[in-house]
Amino acid sequence: MVETSQTRSERRSIPTRLERQNPLTFVAYVALLAFVLWSFQGAGWSFSALVSGGPSMVDFLSRAWPPTTERLPQLSTALLETFQMALAGTVIGVILSVPLAMMATRGLTRPTVLGRAFGASARLLIAFFRTVPDLVWALVFVISVGLGPFAGTLAIAVDTIGFCGRFFAESMEDVEKGPGEALTAAGASRLDTIFCAVIPAAMPSFITTSLFALEKATRSSVVLGLVGAGGIGIELKVAMDFFDYQLAMTIILMIFALVLVVERLGSIARRNILEGNSQ
Amino acid sequence: MQTAALTTGAQAPAVPPPSPTSPAKPDLAIRGLCKSFEANRAILTDVSFSIANKEAVALIGSNGAGKSTALRCAMRLIEPDSGEAVLFGTELRSAKARQLRKIRSDVGFVFQKHNLVPRVSALTNVVHGNLGRASGVRGWSQAFSGRQIRERAYACLERVGLSEQAMKRADQLSGGQSQRVAIARALMQQPKMIVADEPVASLDPVAGQEVMDLFHHLAKEEGITLLFTTHNVAHALAYSDRVVALRGGKVELDQTSAVLSSSDLNEFYG
Repeated sequence: MVETSQTRSERRSIPTRLERQNPLTFVAYVALLAFVLWSFQGAGWSFSALVSGGPSMVDFLSRAWPPTTERLPQLSTALLETFQMALAGTVIGVILSVPLAMMATRGLTRPTVLGRAFGASARLLIAFFRTVPDLVWALVFVISVGLGPFAGTLAIAVDTIGFCGRFFAESMEDVEKGPGEALTAAGASRLDTIFCAVIPAAMPSFITTSLFALEKATRSSVVLGLVGAGGIGIELKVAMDFFDYQLAMTIILMIFALVLVVERLGSIARRNILEGNSQ
Repeated sequence: MQTAALTTGAQAPAVPPPSPTSPAKPDLAIRGLCKSFEANRAILTDVSFSIANKEAVALIGSNGAGKSTALRCAMRLIEPDSGEAVLFGTELRSAKARQLRKIRSDVGFVFQKHNLVPRVSALTNVVHGNLGRASGVRGWSQAFSGRQIRERAYACLERVGLSEQAMKRADQLSGGQSQRVAIARALMQQPKMIVADEPVASLDPVAGQEVMDLFHHLAKEEGITLLFTTHNVAHALAYSDRVVALRGGKVELDQTSAVLSSSDLNEFYG
């Protein structure tokens, strides 16, 4: 009896299972759900098309198998070019990201009107580079520098600045403030403090972000070929246009292998860096 | 510095000239310092004290009494709301950026948490101590520094007994070792004064004793002025010439250590 009454009094003090919802929040949830359902309709979601599309998919696969090896040397060259575009574009993008991210980092620039204006414009530029899709950049660069891998490299560089600029700046904002304060107290200049205290502390994050950028660039460099910006993408488009599905399958598998290798190597490198094995 | 001293002399001809080796002119003078971070909650309300050349002063007070804020305002690491801090004869609030860096380079600031840069070597951390005097790439890492700077940094590590750990990464040192590297970094500045904000609060008693002994030794040997905050009443009495106690953002005690007992100081933690 005593135990039961104790349990009861305890039970009284426990909060209820679900917190009472604000009616406005509830309406917002319902509206969100309705919008999601409506979006499926807007996206042309159709189970019948999915079912009837199945046999066509099987047909494509049966005609694509086995992949052909006849143009393997040419395709390998194109694949290498794709990766070279990705690597060169990422390296340029990462290098240019560092000064831009330094300007964009809150708390790093001078707390004056001019400093704030610089910071805001750097953040705006990075956001612009990031929000415009890489394919659009590729189209723009094909127009300005002509067809070929250089246009693709530039597109990747700009896309990398949009990606790395943001994450570099965020990691520099998150750096522990103590070492920087210590150097300021010792009379170091703002630039000294950034290079001695902020960047070394943010370096692991810089490296992992750059490796992610390289993986991302490898994937997107494949697609950039579709608009004539160099690499293996154009080969895939031609193979598809000529209904040469066996060749298309070869190209798809080669792309798969490349992306997989880059991602594996990237994750091994990241793990080593985060464990601090390499410095 | 010399010109500043001359102008001061010229502006006050009526006052009897101070003797050349006057101990009366303080290294640090804080007058009427006020600071609040939030409205209605003042951390410092009218704090004034001064520290003479080669003097060792302990600043005590319970948590939130304003010790750290007072030290940071004294170095203008944070801007006081009102009041002034005069460091080596220069009023810091009116000092230009370059002048401020020069004055700061004369003061070695040691923090409760060592505040070393992780992932770089102990030696590089010590080399950083010279940035106030020589800004730029060559001071960013021991690898870029000239022979003279590297030798001086190594000598500073030797002074704190850590020359064998010179190339060890700062984040792989123990707490006591880290704090000693931080002191070596302060020594690299060739400071006229060392300001230490609870330098042993995160260390075990033995390491804390070692660090305090090191401070004492350096201050007496080099004639460096010392200002430190502490919660350890025994340290406050043993390592200072004078104790300043803060309570509620005000100076409540400013007395020569020789006439104080630990019960006098314990009162501020009651």
